[in-house]
Amino acid sequence: MDLFNTIIAILESTIRVSVPLIFAALAGLFTERAGVFDIGLEGKMLGAAFAAGAVAAVTGSVMMGLMAAILISVLLSLVHGYASITQRGSQIVSGVAINFIVAGSTVILGEAWFRQGGRTPALAGDARFQTVTFPFADAVRDVPILGPIYSDLLSGHFILTYVAFLLVPFSWWILYRTRFGLRLRAVGENPGAVDTAGISVIWLRYRAVICCGILCGFAGAYLSLAMSAGFVKGMTAGKGYIALAALIFAKWRPLNIMLACLLFGFLDALAIRLQGNPLPLIGQVPVQLMQALPYILTVILLAGFIGKAIPPKAGGIPYVKER
Amino acid sequence: MSNPYAKLPAWAEYGLIPLVNLIVAFVVAGLVVLLVGENPLKAAYHMINGAFGRGEYIGFTLYYATTFIFTGLSVAVAFHAGLFNIGSEGQAYIGGIGVALACLWLDKTMPWFVVFPLAIIGSAAFGALWAFLPGWLQAKRGSHVVITTIMFNFIASSLMVYLLTKVLKPLGQMAPQTRTFEAGGQLPKLDWLMSIFGLNLGNSPFNVSFLLALLAAFGVWVLIWRTKLGYEMRTMGHSPSAARYAGIGEARITIIVMMISGGLAGMMALNPIMGEQYRMQLDFVQGAGFVGIAVALMGRSHPAGIIPAAVLFGMLYQGGAEIAFEMPAISRDMIVIIQGLVILFAGALENMFRPAIGRAFASIGRRSAIAAQTRGA
Repeated sequence: MDLFNTIIAILESTIRVSVPLIFAALAGLFTERAGVFDIGLEGKMLGAAFAAGAVAAVTGSVMMGLMAAILISVLLSLVHGYASITQRGSQIVSGVAINFIVAGSTVILGEAWFRQGGRTPALAGDARFQTVTFPFADAVRDVPILGPIYSDLLSGHFILTYVAFLLVPFSWWILYRTRFGLRLRAVGENPGAVDTAGISVIWLRYRAVICCGILCGFAGAYLSLAMSAGFVKGMTAGKGYIALAALIFAKWRPLNIMLACLLFGFLDALAIRLQGNPLPLIGQVPVQLMQALPYILTVILLAGFIGKAIPPKAGGIPYVKER
Repeated sequence: MSNPYAKLPAWAEYGLIPLVNLIVAFVVAGLVVLLVGENPLKAAYHMINGAFGRGEYIGFTLYYATTFIFTGLSVAVAFHAGLFNIGSEGQAYIGGIGVALACLWLDKTMPWFVVFPLAIIGSAAFGALWAFLPGWLQAKRGSHVVITTIMFNFIASSLMVYLLTKVLKPLGQMAPQTRTFEAGGQLPKLDWLMSIFGLNLGNSPFNVSFLLALLAAFGVWVLIWRTKLGYEMRTMGHSPSAARYAGIGEARITIIVMMISGGLAGMMALNPIMGEQYRMQLDFVQGAGFVGIAVALMGRSHPAGIIPAAVLFGMLYQGGAEIAFEMPAISRDMIVIIQGLVILFAGALENMFRPAIGRAFASIGRRSAIAAQTRGA
């Protein structure tokens, strides 16, 4: 029973840490499927987390915080879009630039406005997302096996957690079952064909980039309004890059993204749990190895040793209409 | 891909456009300073004074510049072959192992000029090794070097935390770092060079590795513009299909270029480890690998542009510390913003002002042509 409780605890924290990864990786899915590579997920998430923390602290409203997060993240996405779609600059360079601009300015502005060493004030009550308790969750907790699964694993998460998991099938439906999705995928594979059909490549890519901004906004808001009670400087701590790794590991497919994010989240949760505790059969595993494992796995996958990850064909190439 | 923009004179291409982009980046940074409620002109004064006001400040500026010359060259070499090495950060970090091993081995018995060459070889070898894998993976397995080098940065950082807490740390010490090196692991400072200009170096760690950086810059120029390998690299960077048609081995070039790039990044570790701290600490790279991206973009991947760009960023780092001292609202994170803005305007948006400048040149050209005609008639 003790082992069972440990497993439930690990799985519960797996869900908690994989939510921002799911949001961010789905965000990346939309732009990358449209042919705009984005290594600025980290920066957008961080900017959104800061905006959410700052606005929720000032207004005391969690919804205003979420709106601010989405607004800032979309604005940053549009900068990326302007540089890489309109100005046809390097998408990688633009993403790197956004990461730095946000990393610096969240600290500078946070310190100037709140004077708490780069933090925003701690949030409480309506300024923060509350957990949702399913009906009868408390009543059935004592039922063996199913009880803890229902009341600890499924119930008791933030509303954004459920939003993240619902977004997975929803993204699949948008990308694979709507006209917009078909065109979006086409523009990432062969923009010339889309242009010939009389559809604006530029506008389509901008819409994809805006979708990415909205989803990164959710990711950031989850970090500062749900997972923690406020913004802490550098709080994304590489999650944007792990999401990028998950996106590649999932071969740019929605359902795989959820599984990859859960896997990377599980490694993270396990690393925290195993700190100092030897693993049966294997013995002591260095925490650093666990932390590096998502990256190592992605490299191995990219090398084609576990299946093959083929990126969208027109990804990274600015579209030039005519010469 | 043909260039969609009109050709400009060389001085405009390599001087005017980067300058305009740089000015715009600084104007935007000035707006951030305004937003924080400080005076941007005062901040600029403190920065320039803090970077060049005294011999000691200049020493610090050039100490930082040394680091950025190495990482800037590292990124630039890869750029020439059409590769984007975001992994200079990790390669420099791993390069530190080579420096530390050479110093830990010989610092008690040998003078610095024996240890230094070994440390150079060690740092370059470890850096090159860390870049070899992404290079090999792109060349042979088709995984994109941008993604793999990002992943390798994280793997490097985990690996170094492990090594410094479990392997390289002396017994009975808490801090995750190697022991302090003896005289053999300490590079001499360049006070003689500074005293030629009548300056006093003070406490600044400006050291011999600066000369090595200049040498490396010259070496890169020779490599890119005066050797067969450099020619092949540039061909591949301009047009991979032309390179393939000319029988240039793409895989071979990719791997070699990544190793050179990683080696240059690794050599950066000499400056902080042997030149300032005399031990290897956690996170000694401090983002210098990423500054290298900004430096390479601003210097247009040419050593003659990279050196001034590195000095500019050295100025930002040293002067930025002074601003933080004088104006507490502006911490050193301001540099990170400026770095990002430079990457944005000199890199991703480099073509934003090009049409306007091109038009200006075209109209001047037309007017002078008309003037010449009327004079002729």
